Amino acid sequence: MTELTAEGGHGAVPTGPSVPAGDGGVRSSWPLYEVFVRGKRGLNHVHVGSLHAPDDEMAVHAARDLYTRRNEGVSIWVVRSAHVTASSPDEKDPLFAPSGDKVYRHPTFYEIPDDVPHI
Amino acid sequence: MHEETVYDALTGTHDDAAHWAFGSGFDDPLAGVDTTVPDGVDAADLGGYCLMLGDDALVLSQRLTEWLTRSPELEEEVAFGNLALDLLGQARLLLARAGSVGFLGRSRERATDTIPHEDALAFFRDPAEFRCSALMAADGGDFARTLVRLLVAATWRLAIFARLTTSRDPVLAAIAGKGIAELRYHRDHAARWVLRLGDGTAESHRRAQDAVDAIWPLTADLCSPTDVETRLRDAGVAVDPREVQEEVREVLTHVLEEATLQVPPWPGPTPPRGRLGQHGPEVAELVGTLQSLARRHPAATW
Repeated sequence: MTELTAEGGHGAVPTGPSVPAGDGGVRSSWPLYEVFVRGKRGLNHVHVGSLHAPDDEMAVHAARDLYTRRNEGVSIWVVRSAHVTASSPDEKDPLFAPSGDKVYRHPTFYEIPDDVPHI
Repeated sequence: MHEETVYDALTGTHDDAAHWAFGSGFDDPLAGVDTTVPDGVDAADLGGYCLMLGDDALVLSQRLTEWLTRSPELEEEVAFGNLALDLLGQARLLLARAGSVGFLGRSRERATDTIPHEDALAFFRDPAEFRCSALMAADGGDFARTLVRLLVAATWRLAIFARLTTSRDPVLAAIAGKGIAELRYHRDHAARWVLRLGDGTAESHRRAQDAVDAIWPLTADLCSPTDVETRLRDAGVAVDPREVQEEVREVLTHVLEEATLQVPPWPGPTPPRGRLGQHGPEVAELVGTLQSLARRHPAATW
C-alpha cells in the first residue's frame, strides 16, 4: 500500500463495489492536475483547484464536471502539478522582502482623475 | 478601486457579491413555447410517448445515482452525479408534458393535489405503468458495464433527440433541443471511458468485453416501435426508432473497434416489452427505492 500523501488522500482509500484491490496499483498512478478556469467576462484564467485524472484529455473533462457546475466558465486549462515550478516558502524573505521598501516603484506620485477606469 | 475576490472573475452578471455561489446566466428552455397539443395528434398517444422517453431518462438517472458514494474516484463520482442530474432534468420536462396533456393514469388518485404532475407520475405510478426500455433499467453492474450501457443508451437517445428537434409538438422539439448538448456530452464521456477500458490493462479489457457481451442483447427491443410510436411518427411528432438503428450501430462499432473490443452480433428485433410495461423484477426494485420516501410521506415538503 503506497504511503498516504498530502494530495488529498482520496486516491489512497480503496472504494468501489466490485473492483479488486490487486490491480497493479493502476488507480494510485493517476497524476494530479491543477485547474484554471476563465469566466465569461474574465480576462484571465483563475486557479480553482486540483483533481486527479488518468491523462490530459480526461483531466479537462473532469474539470468541466467538477469546476464548472455553476455556469462559471468558458475556458478550462489543466496543467500537471508536477509541471508547476513554485517558489519555496523558505525563500519568502529573500524573494519578496526587498520590494517592501522601494516606494519609487509604485505610481503614487500621480494624480489619477476620477473618470479614468479601474486600473 | 475595490478588492475583487477570485470568484468575481468567474461569475457573469452579479449584482450581489454574495450570490456568486449560485451561478448566473441561466435560461429556461421552455420559455415561450406553445403548449397546445398539435392538430391530428391524440393527447393520450402524446402523453404515452413522453412517458416512454421520460421513464428512460428517469430510470437511467436512478441507475447512475446508485454510484454515488461508491465510485472508484471522486472525479467519477461527480461526473455520475452530473449525468444523472441532466437525465433527471429531461425526465422532469417529459413527465410534466405527459401530465399537462392529461396522461396521469391512476397516479393522481394516489398523490396529493399539491404536487406537480411530474412528481405524481414519478412517485405514484406502479412499476407496470413505467414505459422504460430494458436497456435503461438494467442493473448497473461494475464500472465497465455502467459505462458501456451509458455509451449505448446515450448514443441511441442522442440520435432520437436529434430528429425530435423537428417534431410537430413544440414542447418535444424544445426538450430535444436542450437535451442534445447534454446527451452529446454523455456519449462522449462514456466513449472516452470505453476507449480507455477496452484499450487498457488486461483486467479492464476483460471487464469491458464482458460488459459489451452483456449489454448487447438488451438492445433487442429498442428498435421495435409500439403502435403509439407508429401513429405519432405518421403525425410528425415522434421518431420511429428503426430510423436511427443504422446510425447508432455505426457509431458504436466505431468506438468499440477503437477500443480494441469485439463487436457482438446485433440481436434481431424482438417485440416491445418495456415500452408496454412488461418489466423484469429489477424495475420493481428500482421503482420501490425511488418512490419509498414519497409514498411514505406523500405531502412532505422541504
